[in-house]
Amino acid sequence: MNDVAKPVLSVQRLSVATSGPVPKTLVNDLSFDIRPGETLCVVGESGSGKSVTSLAIMGLLNHSGLELAEGEIWLEDDKVSHASQAQLRSMRARRMAMIFQEPMTALNPVETIGEQIDEVLRIHTDLGRSKRRQRVLEMLASVHMPEPERIIDAYPHQISGGQRQRVVICMALILQPRLLIADEPTTALDVTTQKQILSLIRELQQQHNTAVLFITHDFGVVAEIADNIVVMNKGEMVEIGSREQILARPEQAYTRMLVSSVPSLVPPQPRACHEELTVLQVRALKKVYREKKILGKARVIPAAKDISLKIRAREVVGIVGESGSGKSTVARCISRLLRPDEGDVLIDGANVAHIVGEELRGFRRKLQIVFQDPYRSLNPRMRIRDSITEGLRNYGVPAREGMERARELLTMVGLDETALDRYPHQFSGGQRQRICIARALALEPRLLIADEAVSALDVSVQAQILELLADIRDRTGVAVLFITHDLRVAAQICDKVIVMQRGEIVEQGPVADVLASPEHEYTRALIESAPGRHWDFKNFRPVHAGQIS
Amino acid sequence: MTTESASVRTQILATIKTWPVITALVILGVIVLLAILAPWLSPFDPTAINPASRLRPPSADHWLGTDAMGRDAYSRALYGARISLVVGLGVTICSIAIGIFLGLMAGFFRTADAIIMRLMDGLMAIPGILLAIALVSLIGASLYTVLIAIMVPEIPRVVRLVRSVVLKVSNEPYIEAAISLGTRTPTLLWRHFIPNTIAPLTVQGTYIFAAAVLTEATLSFLGAGLPLDIPSWGNMMAQGRMYFQIKPYLVLFPGFFLAVTLLSVNILGDAFRDALDPRMVKRG
Repeated sequence: MNDVAKPVLSVQRLSVATSGPVPKTLVNDLSFDIRPGETLCVVGESGSGKSVTSLAIMGLLNHSGLELAEGEIWLEDDKVSHASQAQLRSMRARRMAMIFQEPMTALNPVETIGEQIDEVLRIHTDLGRSKRRQRVLEMLASVHMPEPERIIDAYPHQISGGQRQRVVICMALILQPRLLIADEPTTALDVTTQKQILSLIRELQQQHNTAVLFITHDFGVVAEIADNIVVMNKGEMVEIGSREQILARPEQAYTRMLVSSVPSLVPPQPRACHEELTVLQVRALKKVYREKKILGKARVIPAAKDISLKIRAREVVGIVGESGSGKSTVARCISRLLRPDEGDVLIDGANVAHIVGEELRGFRRKLQIVFQDPYRSLNPRMRIRDSITEGLRNYGVPAREGMERARELLTMVGLDETALDRYPHQFSGGQRQRICIARALALEPRLLIADEAVSALDVSVQAQILELLADIRDRTGVAVLFITHDLRVAAQICDKVIVMQRGEIVEQGPVADVLASPEHEYTRALIESAPGRHWDFKNFRPVHAGQIS
Repeated sequence: MTTESASVRTQILATIKTWPVITALVILGVIVLLAILAPWLSPFDPTAINPASRLRPPSADHWLGTDAMGRDAYSRALYGARISLVVGLGVTICSIAIGIFLGLMAGFFRTADAIIMRLMDGLMAIPGILLAIALVSLIGASLYTVLIAIMVPEIPRVVRLVRSVVLKVSNEPYIEAAISLGTRTPTLLWRHFIPNTIAPLTVQGTYIFAAAVLTEATLSFLGAGLPLDIPSWGNMMAQGRMYFQIKPYLVLFPGFFLAVTLLSVNILGDAFRDALDPRMVKRG
């Protein structure tokens, strides 16, 4: 890297506020430079102002009702801040480009891929039609798209999420801009796809010496790709430095807290588990989804086949898999929100796979679920007390006793009892997830299913909820089935881990063993794709050889 | 933290507290009072025929004049308010009650859905006023048959609304959580689904009320509604129609009551909609 090179992008004392009579500052006093070929990661939790920063650089603030309050943004020798719309238009695509989080909504569903990439060339160059097509095909090939000739005439819904993101990258890079802004470009993708997209961005960046501004919440991704890191919190720049500085020697307390909360692939010391009592046993579970069609044969999609697993009391078993692996279907069959087609689900020795009606209702109290989205898992119209005591009321526990229990539970999940009379919207995501856990524990279940229960949370909150789950497991002896797409999270909390792919279990075993010596090829791919797997965030150091493999 | 919910409440109140809404509330209040107190406020028996004083213009004795049979128009208008309000309220309450039940069934049970919704589609395909006329001529004219005739065409709209709310709420994880907590289906519907229907139904209710009052007047005016001896605004206008050129007030006074009532109800309905759906405020 050339240290004397002029920065491609220079942000100087940037402040952004909402426009309107009472402006609210969203970004305050932010400064950084990015040089050619360099990757700068802006990291922060939700509400830190990282996305607003990218909008400011692209000159898109006005569309979102925001205003550049102070500061300057320079793209090489041109000032982006306060540039006219015409100037901005000429800079976008040719000199700076952006890729977004959601590849489906970034593409127009009624135009072919070719037409959409071609549009960039049509507007910004004067190449002829056949030259442009040639160029689009070259570009598709350079993002390693299989069969560019076919993809160029396909519509967005006909290709996969990862391929869509490749198309978006094509559009962004076809004019070889000096600056690429990537706003959470891999957050909506599975880890294996994420890894491919990250290495693609890196490859193209090196080819064209592009400067990359990468916005993400995921420190794992940061550890993989960043040259420099900006840490943001509530609109303020907390710390700026090289990757090694921030990850190994963070100076600010906030950065230390944030980095050490990041789950790494290094499992903690295995717990001694003496419980022998089997709480849940699943034998040869099978569930098939049928897609009804008016004409022709119904399409049959096997969502889970031949699933067998066992959970003992006080044990945390993780099911890990990418989207479509069937992990949620298994959870829903076990909790009997779905009826399995075949197989047995034994809770405390009683088969509940095929019971219905009152018999099923009697069993439900033994097993509770915590869902992914804390904003939708509590009825917004019910007070917390009513949500927590709902199950107790259903099973005829007197109101006074129920309230007593609700108070205990709130204390147990780390909230105080003033929460009882409030409504869900008065709590943050993490607090709501605590309330959901309290509600699930009210009936003293034998098994708690956490279905992506920490996936929607910021990393610092995620660490707290994981700690809470472990604490509750120790105190109540509840068994936990932990469903997640994130192998790193599973490594932190699970005793045993089950890896699923396309509805089947490909590997299972103690978490340390699976991580250290994976037997199945897919498990190996998952481990290799886990972002930041070479970094032990908790201890601010690289992973030692021998720690995981 | 409580300030947030308080601010939502004040925001709703602010949307409602505008002068057209307050005027509408006052006017409705007066009409309700007139209707309730009709027996004490009316100077004459609304059905008493007096051939000696036919077609009198408004005077100190007969504030709004008399009709072709010498009946006091003011007294008839007060009793007419009773009819209109009873029809409006009756139709609203009954159609919403039936609509909630059918809508919950349709939204929650997939087999019921097909049957109920096809029935509702059938009902909606027939213009409401035609259906009402057909029903009244089939079963004969009385207050109850008119109520039923007006109510039936209103039901599908409530069912569709409730069903759409149920379908939307069904996808919320808190419903699955409630099922896991062992909530029985009737309790589930009562505790988690019905509260979500209240806001849209409040808005829909005001429109049903207005539509019912108007339909009753239309039916009576066409002679397909309440028996002619019952004092209703529609009947009064129907009977005054022949004398419109010489005694226009026979039509205009009941018409004025009808128009003012409907306008007030509709203003209230719009205010509810704006208050409960903030997106509409910006657009409107």
